[in-house]
Amino acid sequence: MFRNSGKLIFVAVVIIVLLLLNLLLGSVKIPAADVLGILLGDRSNEIFSNIILKSRLPQALVAIVAGAGLAVSGLQMQTVFRNPLAGPSVLGISNGASLGVAIVVLMSSSLAGVSLSRMGYVGDAAISIAAIIGSLAVMALIVWVARKVKGNVTLLIIGVMIGYLVTAIVGVLKFFSAEEDIKAYVVWGLGSFARVSGDQMLLFVGMMLVLLPLSFLLVKTLNLMLLGDDYARNLGLNVSRSRTLVILNSGVLVAIVTAYCGPIMFIGLAVPHLCRALFKTSDHRILVPGTILTGAALALLCSLVARMPGFEGALPVNSVTALIGAPVIASVIFKRRKDDVRE
Amino acid sequence: MSENKQTIRLEGLCIGYRGKHGVKEVAKDINASLYAGELTCLIGPNGIGKSTLLRTLCAFQEKLGGKIFIQDKELSDYKDKELSKKIGVVLTHRPQIQNMSVEELVALGRSPYTGFWGKLEKEDKKIVADAISLIGIEILKDRMIQNLSDGERQKVMIAKAIAQQTPIIFLDEPTAFLDFPSKIETMQLLRRLCKNNGKTVFLSTHDLELTLQIADSIWLMQKDRITIGSPREVAQSGALESFIEREGITFDKDLLRVIINK
Repeated sequence: MFRNSGKLIFVAVVIIVLLLLNLLLGSVKIPAADVLGILLGDRSNEIFSNIILKSRLPQALVAIVAGAGLAVSGLQMQTVFRNPLAGPSVLGISNGASLGVAIVVLMSSSLAGVSLSRMGYVGDAAISIAAIIGSLAVMALIVWVARKVKGNVTLLIIGVMIGYLVTAIVGVLKFFSAEEDIKAYVVWGLGSFARVSGDQMLLFVGMMLVLLPLSFLLVKTLNLMLLGDDYARNLGLNVSRSRTLVILNSGVLVAIVTAYCGPIMFIGLAVPHLCRALFKTSDHRILVPGTILTGAALALLCSLVARMPGFEGALPVNSVTALIGAPVIASVIFKRRKDDVRE
Repeated sequence: MSENKQTIRLEGLCIGYRGKHGVKEVAKDINASLYAGELTCLIGPNGIGKSTLLRTLCAFQEKLGGKIFIQDKELSDYKDKELSKKIGVVLTHRPQIQNMSVEELVALGRSPYTGFWGKLEKEDKKIVADAISLIGIEILKDRMIQNLSDGERQKVMIAKAIAQQTPIIFLDEPTAFLDFPSKIETMQLLRRLCKNNGKTVFLSTHDLELTLQIADSIWLMQKDRITIGSPREVAQSGALESFIEREGITFDKDLLRVIINK
């Protein structure tokens, strides 16, 4: 327990270091002293302070809350479905976001006669709203199904099917759309921590700061769910209500992150595994804060790599999360397997 | 029939499944009681409804009719939380959990009593430690669940039920998958819990001869009837013979033994 608190503090320190690196490094070289000055309120160099305050800092903040949200959402899904391959996208909730965005982006020119991809800021807001509506609609469907069906596996399969269905509809929409709109949709699909800025960013971070603590409310529930439905029920848990609550919490987190950053793969699937190996526990009192912190750290790292000189804007976040994350996680899990054998 | 206190009473209980295509009755008109301090074993052929009966008594599934009284209160009148302090359950299937220590799992048995975070108070920690020592698994305390043998894991789940501090414990085939010494050990352990701790223990099993030697009371479930009584009474009634005997197999009523005619 104490050892694990130590590890949590360590991850928190890593986050701070990565945050500072995110502010320091980039295509424009800004001296560390100037960065510190800008953070402390010095606005004498307008270009530098614009880069820090309007680009690097918002991007880092978005990465932190998005990574945290996806990671904890993945943990919840894996526990509820007792399936190590479950992730935030497994129930088709992020596909729902894609559908919302696809409808708005791809249909805008044929319906409203104006291409959203040319509308800039208003277009971005419209995309976020569409993504939230799309994913919440799919989530409402899933929650409704969750109350009808008893088995977790059945629910999982129905979720995956809804995902396919939604992807198919997007495919049909694409077929009938203008080329530049398709490009806008594809770019959104690559994921980015940099797309949100200004008030939108504050709104996003604010919402996540309200939602993330809510996941702490489900810690005891998740621990009981590890035992399986029957044992959990015998220990006084209302299984179907708890399942609905966890799906709601997890779904809303994914919906909002996807709305603002696009569908970001991998973090939600991988971070929970990383944390189980790192903290050597399945106690959610450790795992929930653990995934939140580790998710934030991993997202910061990916955001940093994506902005490395030479890659500048060229690497989409989705590629980086997988490129960095996959080897890290594979090695951690591989190492843990060897430890197990030694025991 | 028994001087022990009655903890569970079934009146005209009908169990089964309610499906889209009507109702499937598994067993009906069950009238029986379970008593504190007694080890009662439920036997019968596969598919006769032993698990359905246990699941119904645990409130995992709804009964089709009749009444179930747990300490003189109808089962359906219990709230989830309340019931979790009356009935502890041990199931056949092992929970697939990675990275949870034996102690942590036993501690989950305290869930009905702990608060919001599931944080253990001093009192809870003592109860968990007591449950672990009562079952005699102190040396396993810090081991991870995934590294235990089936027999060890079953003991851990029983310790969980002890930590839950319920007067009643239901077990669905607790001796399945165990090697022979572990089967006997588990049954003896459960018998001790009845005698020393006054628990009402009700379990389903296929280990017939073992059951006949150790159980206080037997419920033999067969098509359309349940025969209830001490092992000897059930043997004398002839019900055991009709359950066991077939070409090449006979049952010795007096020795309570199954004889295989080679």
